[in-house]
Amino acid sequence: MAARTRNISVTGTSRPLLPRHAKLRFDDTRQRWVILAPERVLAPDDIAVEVLQLCDGDRDVDQMVDLLAAKYVADRAAIASDVIAMLQDLADKGFLVEAREASA
Amino acid sequence: MSPTLTDAAPSRGDAADGLSILESRKSAAETFGIPLAVLAELTHRCPLQCPYCSNPVELERGGSELTTDEWKKVLTELAEIGVLQIHFSGGEPTARKDIVELVQHASDVGLYTNLITSAVLLTRDKLKALADAGLCHVQISFQGNEPVVADRVAGLKNAHEKKLEVARWTRELDLPLTVNAVMHRQNLHQLADIIQMAVDLDADRLEVANVQYYGWALKNRAALMPTLQQIEETSRIVEEAEVRLKGILAIDYVVPDYYALRPKKCMGGWGRQFFNISPAGKILPCHAAETITGLDFLSVRSNHSIAWIWQNSEAFNRYRGTGWMPEPCQSCEFKEIDFGGCRCQAFALTGDAGNTDPACALSPMHEQIFKTAETEASHGGDRFIYRNFAGGTVETGGEYGS
Ligand code: SF4
Ligand code: SF4
Repeated sequence: MAARTRNISVTGTSRPLLPRHAKLRFDDTRQRWVILAPERVLAPDDIAVEVLQLCDGDRDVDQMVDLLAAKYVADRAAIASDVIAMLQDLADKGFLVEAREASA
Repeated sequence: MSPTLTDAAPSRGDAADGLSILESRKSAAETFGIPLAVLAELTHRCPLQCPYCSNPVELERGGSELTTDEWKKVLTELAEIGVLQIHFSGGEPTARKDIVELVQHASDVGLYTNLITSAVLLTRDKLKALADAGLCHVQISFQGNEPVVADRVAGLKNAHEKKLEVARWTRELDLPLTVNAVMHRQNLHQLADIIQMAVDLDADRLEVANVQYYGWALKNRAALMPTLQQIEETSRIVEEAEVRLKGILAIDYVVPDYYALRPKKCMGGWGRQFFNISPAGKILPCHAAETITGLDFLSVRSNHSIAWIWQNSEAFNRYRGTGWMPEPCQSCEFKEIDFGGCRCQAFALTGDAGNTDPACALSPMHEQIFKTAETEASHGGDRFIYRNFAGGTVETGGEYGS
């Protein structure tokens, strides 16, 4: 069953994705990014937005870290631990799922 | 619909939450920015007859409902002024033939859509069509964990079985599911089983709501009021389950305020972060606001914009912020925390919506009301008055009213 995929543990090979009930979108009125979820609206910070935009269910975390390390010319290991910690936090709160094979 | 949106507020108080950040520059109580979420009560028609229904006792007939085009115009306007989420509710929202069209339109204008349903009218095809139209989330109300209690409370035979079926389809279609359970004296003993039912249904969230006593529920208070022991037991069961089911099922639980010391922060404060649109298009501060007589609620059919009604109408401004408060609220340190509690409850129990909510231990009426609650919990009869367009039907042995 899909159920227990809610409890994910983020690693370099995870391919995380926002679950269907959580939508990342830009709020024109308030001029900032928001995550829409049942009964709540969250306001992710700029770094979270950048990382979440890379979470397409295709890319794995290692690839995301490569992109960010290249973009910011920063230490890869430091970025990797920050990104994983941030994604794990989102996953624990139920805002991230693991992409499933061959499922739409 | 659930009477619980009151507490399942569009946003919660933790720092990472949208509202506090979005309004961080000024105190939210001063800004009254356009709400992030709005509840659209598409109709008051409903095949169920829950004795605690939060709809007004004077239900709106089908003929006065907004048309499809009017609702679409409303949805477009809401998106334009900055509303982000729309909760389709009722009555039973799927009693509207145009529900798929409305969900599609809401998606097209960029709104996050949630369907708050009793589920009994849904077919798998209809649910699939809703999913294809962009529906983001489904909330199904349950009246118990098995048909004997559940169907009796709903006042509809086979309702429970049907709900289970629709909940399974919801997950099959990969739609996120919230199970909403409204609790009262006659089903609280099933709480542990309801929690397990939500897990078995693979729900993402469970809302455990206690009946709020206005409208139909006030008529049925003697049959619904839980005992203090039940409430204590409930808190224990919920706390245990929250720990055990972390990461599997999120549980939202609100302590019933009759037995609390301070009232709930109803709707996050009157006219502060939420409004509701009635089937006939009235803009209301909460789903039960029409139970308060003497307030004139403007409609989307008036020549005012929705934003104007929200910001300027007399009904919204009457109990907004803290300026309207009498003592003991006015000089109370909690006044920006609970905003004096629930106006509808204050009206229902004291006859004046401008009084301190008697659920507050500081209200001069609290003692008396607490005693009434205790008496009703221990001596009240179990017979329901079912919610319907006939003004209510008393339960008879083995029959579910009309
Ligand atoms: S009768 Fe029950 S299902 Fe129908 S609107 Fe009221 S509470 Fe909801
Ligand atoms: S007195 Fe008023 S503001 Fe103070 S806790 Fe009671 S209801 Fe809230």
